[in-house]
Amino acid sequence: MIELEGLTKRYGEKVAVNNLSFTVRPGIITGFLGPNGAGKSTTMRMVLGLDRPTSGDVRIDGKHYDQLKDPLTYIGALLEAKAWHGGRSAYNHLLCLAQSNGIPASRVREVLDTVGLTAVARKKTKGFSLGMGQRLGIAGALLGDPRMLMFDEPVNGLDPEGIHWIRNLMKTLAAQGRTVFVSSHLMSEMALTADHLVVIGQGRLLADTSMAEFIAENSRSYVRIRTPQREQLLDALQGAGIKVAEPGAEALEVDGDIAQAVGELAARHQIVLHELSPQRASLEEAFMQLTAESVEYHAHDGQPPGAAPGQQQPGQPPQQPWGSDWKRG
Amino acid sequence: MSTPQHPMPQAAPEWQGASGSPYPTYTSPIPVVRTNLVHAIASEWTKIKSVRSTIWTLGVFVLLVVGIGLLTAGVVASSSSDLAGESPLSLGFFGLLLGSMCVITLGVLTTATEYGTGMIRTTMTACPSRGRVLAAKAIVFFLVAFVVTLVSSTLVALAQVTMLEGNGAANPTGEEWLKATVGVSLYIALLGLLSLAVGSVIRHSAGAITIMIGVLLAPLVMALFMFSDSLRRVQEALFEYSIPNQMSIFYANSLSDSGPSGWDPLWIALGVAAAVFAGAFALLERRDV
Repeated sequence: MIELEGLTKRYGEKVAVNNLSFTVRPGIITGFLGPNGAGKSTTMRMVLGLDRPTSGDVRIDGKHYDQLKDPLTYIGALLEAKAWHGGRSAYNHLLCLAQSNGIPASRVREVLDTVGLTAVARKKTKGFSLGMGQRLGIAGALLGDPRMLMFDEPVNGLDPEGIHWIRNLMKTLAAQGRTVFVSSHLMSEMALTADHLVVIGQGRLLADTSMAEFIAENSRSYVRIRTPQREQLLDALQGAGIKVAEPGAEALEVDGDIAQAVGELAARHQIVLHELSPQRASLEEAFMQLTAESVEYHAHDGQPPGAAPGQQQPGQPPQQPWGSDWKRG
Repeated sequence: MSTPQHPMPQAAPEWQGASGSPYPTYTSPIPVVRTNLVHAIASEWTKIKSVRSTIWTLGVFVLLVVGIGLLTAGVVASSSSDLAGESPLSLGFFGLLLGSMCVITLGVLTTATEYGTGMIRTTMTACPSRGRVLAAKAIVFFLVAFVVTLVSSTLVALAQVTMLEGNGAANPTGEEWLKATVGVSLYIALLGLLSLAVGSVIRHSAGAITIMIGVLLAPLVMALFMFSDSLRRVQEALFEYSIPNQMSIFYANSLSDSGPSGWDPLWIALGVAAAVFAGAFALLERRDV
């Protein structure tokens, strides 16, 4: 279990991590979500005692990281791609890590086998591809057979096969009762792997909730309707007690999963419909809605939540490399 | 690890309902070891011997020390020059002076490279006691540098004494032997240790190597250009305490009569290295990795 309490990190004026408190529990995958620069990596470095918190506290099973006598058997971390000497072979890289924690050398061969790098174990790591590098980083994380694992953007730059492998690996590790804490800036990736979700934006905690709750709370289903007989339909809907969410827009939107009821209502009033489509805001839209609110710069009245980031109004601070990120992902 | 996965439920599993009850935790079959400095030393030993830069710097070092030593001895032996009771060991000085740059480079690389590659974050994650990491690096490097220098300088000294028997060279005393082998090797290893500490402070290989080459050469070069009478005393001090002159004292052929003598250079190097190390330890604890 990893516990953060009021964790704060300042670099001069800039607050990278602002009063973060949450708990990462064993047995499930906890997704740590936020855009680039939200403070995810800084938070993870503080968990590992690499960066000193400006204030607040982070504990691993109740201890500070530097109190762990055999840290690699407590927590294994994949922090960034290729955090090692390119001139050293994969085997020697893992061997020196193993030795520093008194882990038997036989374990090095085991983890190399687990990540599928046995064939290149004696090769210098500088020739490794991005995917091989991620695998070596994960081998290092698994070396101590730790009860906690922390992966910072593990799928970055991987091919589909590698992404699939990492997803399955994380699920296996969590199913064994380990704590798995994985960061990403991709909601779609988290939706496939995470059971629990911690969302941060600009260093602040935005959500700490189960994946299902997050979806239920943050996405909405609605029905989009186009009709040439706009006024008649508005009257009919009002008569039936159905509230129109976007009465001003060209297409009408009514909240809820009620396409069938709206269609029958229109038929009863003999109203022609050009479109009647049930819609559901995607997870990415839900996430953007959440972060958009936190950023406070997107005043998007009269727009569906998903449209907000693309339609920033002029004169507002360019505080959202957010949306562009999502689209790329 | 690639067992087929059952689809993950979207809802969070039991932990929410299970508050208060102990969480399921994974227990590893790997025995738990309380780590200490010995583990860190084993790790650093693997590191230093598994990169090519170690082989290169030490290879060039041995080549310079042994090569130049044998060359000068050979030239003197083949000429008709008479050493007139001088110690033949002093001919080893030039090789070691040039070779010391290799030791400086290796010392800097031992610490600074990890910052360049990002390895330091992996290292500090595996061993959160930062002081232990620096201490292990210092011990391993010092032993490597000392042993390699001792072997090369002893080899050269033996060769020189044998080759110059016919040139009127004095038979070195026991203390002269000790100073020209163990003494100068300790000095060079301490110089490397100082570089290692500077590398840890600067965190940048090229920058730290430049600083150390400057420390090695600048005082002597500056002294050479101080012509003014008013600077005479500064010039002398720079000269006497320059690293090349301190090294020459181990061969009892100091370029000046005042200043450090005997085993003084060793104590000076020890003091400077200890002071810089104290700073390096303090900074390492304070700074983010």
